[in-house]
Amino acid sequence: MTVQELPGAADAYRPTPPPAWKPRTDPAPLLPDPEPYRVLGTDAAAGADPELLLRLYAQLVRGRRYNVQATALTKQGRLAVYPSSTGQEACEVAAALALEERDWLFPSYRDTLAAVARGLDPVQALTLLRGDWHTGYDPREHRIAPLCTPLATQLPHAVGLAHAARLKGDDVVALAMVGDGGTSEGDFHEALNFAAVWRAPVVFLVQNNGFAISVPLAKQTAAPSLAHKAVGYGMPGRLVDGNDAAAVHEVLGEAVARARRGGGPTLIEAVTYRIDAHTNADDATRYRGESEVETWRAHDPIRLLERELTERGLLDEDGIRAAAEAAETMAADLRERMNADPVLDPMDLFEHVYAEQTSQLREQSAQLRAELDAEGEAR
Amino acid sequence: MTTAAVKPASMAQALQRAMRDAMAEDPAVHVLGEDVGALGGVFRVTDGLAKEFGEDRCTDTPLAEAGILGTAVGMAMYGLRPVVEMQFDAFAYPAFEQLISHVARMRNRTRGGMPLPITVRVPYGGGIGGVEHHSDSSEAYYMATPGLHVVAPSTVDDAYGLLRAAIASDDPVVFLEPKRLYWSKAQWSPEAPSVVEPIGRAVVRRPGRSATLITYGPSVPVCMEAAEAAAAEGWDLEVVDLRSLVPFDDETVCASVRRTGRAVVVHESTGFGGPGGEIAARVTERCFHHLEAPVLRVAGFDIPYPPPMLERHHLPGVDRVLDAVARLQWEAGS
Ligand SMILES: Cc1ncc(C[n+]2csc(CCOP(=O)(O)OP(=O)(O)O)c2C)c(N)n1
Repeated sequence: MTVQELPGAADAYRPTPPPAWKPRTDPAPLLPDPEPYRVLGTDAAAGADPELLLRLYAQLVRGRRYNVQATALTKQGRLAVYPSSTGQEACEVAAALALEERDWLFPSYRDTLAAVARGLDPVQALTLLRGDWHTGYDPREHRIAPLCTPLATQLPHAVGLAHAARLKGDDVVALAMVGDGGTSEGDFHEALNFAAVWRAPVVFLVQNNGFAISVPLAKQTAAPSLAHKAVGYGMPGRLVDGNDAAAVHEVLGEAVARARRGGGPTLIEAVTYRIDAHTNADDATRYRGESEVETWRAHDPIRLLERELTERGLLDEDGIRAAAEAAETMAADLRERMNADPVLDPMDLFEHVYAEQTSQLREQSAQLRAELDAEGEAR
Repeated sequence: MTTAAVKPASMAQALQRAMRDAMAEDPAVHVLGEDVGALGGVFRVTDGLAKEFGEDRCTDTPLAEAGILGTAVGMAMYGLRPVVEMQFDAFAYPAFEQLISHVARMRNRTRGGMPLPITVRVPYGGGIGGVEHHSDSSEAYYMATPGLHVVAPSTVDDAYGLLRAAIASDDPVVFLEPKRLYWSKAQWSPEAPSVVEPIGRAVVRRPGRSATLITYGPSVPVCMEAAEAAAAEGWDLEVVDLRSLVPFDDETVCASVRRTGRAVVVHESTGFGGPGGEIAARVTERCFHHLEAPVLRVAGFDIPYPPPMLERHHLPGVDRVLDAVARLQWEAGS
């Protein structure tokens, strides 16, 4: 039957106007500001809590020292690999300090510093990268999910955990961290969509550090900003200067509070820069020039905050020295403990595969036991 | 015959050369993946391709494996021959939906009307001290999926020859590149590269009479070393390098086992549900009357790939192979 034969088709088809349509949500309040939000060096700085700024400063200095120390440890072969967050300390620290103790952090492999700023033992935070076990801490104890290597896969976990907490009536917020490259993965999309539909108490923090290994943002996305992506899911997007610790803390703090109140998720893009190479195994000269790095070095998160604090008379030479010394103590301790060989029991390989060891694993563990005993006797 | 200069080359260089030659010969060949352009891939296997052929032929994609393989499907539907790089074994998993539901079965679904000549390059396996998610041996998943060829070279020559064959194949090929052999070098003539072997032929790497070691990829050098060590104890071991898991070369494998009467399958992926089970079963079915002992397997333990400081306890090394060989002195009832 053709269209011509349809009953009544001979009469001219008279279209009626389509059913009324309007957006479900007014996109305007969801849209990010065109400029990244800044506090330091602006009028907004006057309103910032001096005590908070000093706390942020101490942690930034400590974080930078941690990055430098961990990078040095790769050169000594003490770490298999280290993805440095030098230049991104403001995001890492502000993320950790924006959470309450009962909240959860879902970090990526680059976010050791956020975990440490949240109170995790620096050595435990490095276990994955040292290579003695995959996760060196109990996630439940610290409310820090395992550092996640497959990109963006931790984001749906954060949504699920936050959703579960809300179902149980707990006012727990989950903070999920991801890189600019990770926003291209399907899991990023699915996590944001679930979070928005469920109004889950989640904050997504994208650290846009310019590159995914060698690929610049322009080849990653055609979106006006990564924060703009929020609008399509129906959640607010926020753009913030990722090197401005006060601004990042404020924006994250608001998003966390909103999530806790039942206001749903937020997507925050922190614009920052990866000063070091992707990891110690990467050759950054293949894909970027030194002048770009220099521009960003001049917008250093520590110097930015230091200037604000000194100009306001909150920090002097003594204070700067005290922060540096505290960081040095942490680094010395980290160095010393990392220089000790971890004591490993190869039999652990079979311990945590299942709640109860299977017969086949018992067999294999007996095999390894015998091999180790023979090795021991040979020695 | 050309007398081309022979010089040391790494497996990574041979793979790079294979893509370069394929791209030069056929404008339909496109390389895509994460960091394959300016960086030349994290293992430098695609080094120089973007410079030589332009970013449309060697493309840095957004960071999304399902997207990379999914768009490759569309590209192949339109007549291109995509060669995609999955950065590491475990990062291919987001692309499994595309691989299993589409890449593997498009020919079948369309009654041969729409074959997909896609090569999926996967740096795979352990032994390089990689942290979590950087050392998986995922070949069993691929082998279990009809419609895919699964290939794993172990030498510089084969790396070139098999990758050329994979790219030329009208079927999708999962091309497993043993990471820990990337930098292993051999004398190689880049001016007159090696023969292009058809996919599906095993090769006897070392002839022997007393037992056959059946292996592939990163375990081939382990077996070669074990064979040398066993010679001192009077064992004359034959080493068969499968090179291709799908299709499987029953002929070469069974001819060898019929000669030697004994066989050990060696691979580093887990043993339970792993490739060795299939191989042992095939050999038993075809060579039962020639066997003097059960076909044994030497594999990685049935555990998630361990952290780098413990991986040496997991990976089957020469000693485990020799232990298995010793157990081939099998007597009925023992
Ligand atoms: C699913 C997946 N694919 C590929 C990789 C390999 N890889 C590790 S880090 C990285 C780049 C990540 O970039 P981005 O998300 O911007 O985070 P950054 O490293 O800049 O912090 C890639 C491709 C991975 N870890 N997971």
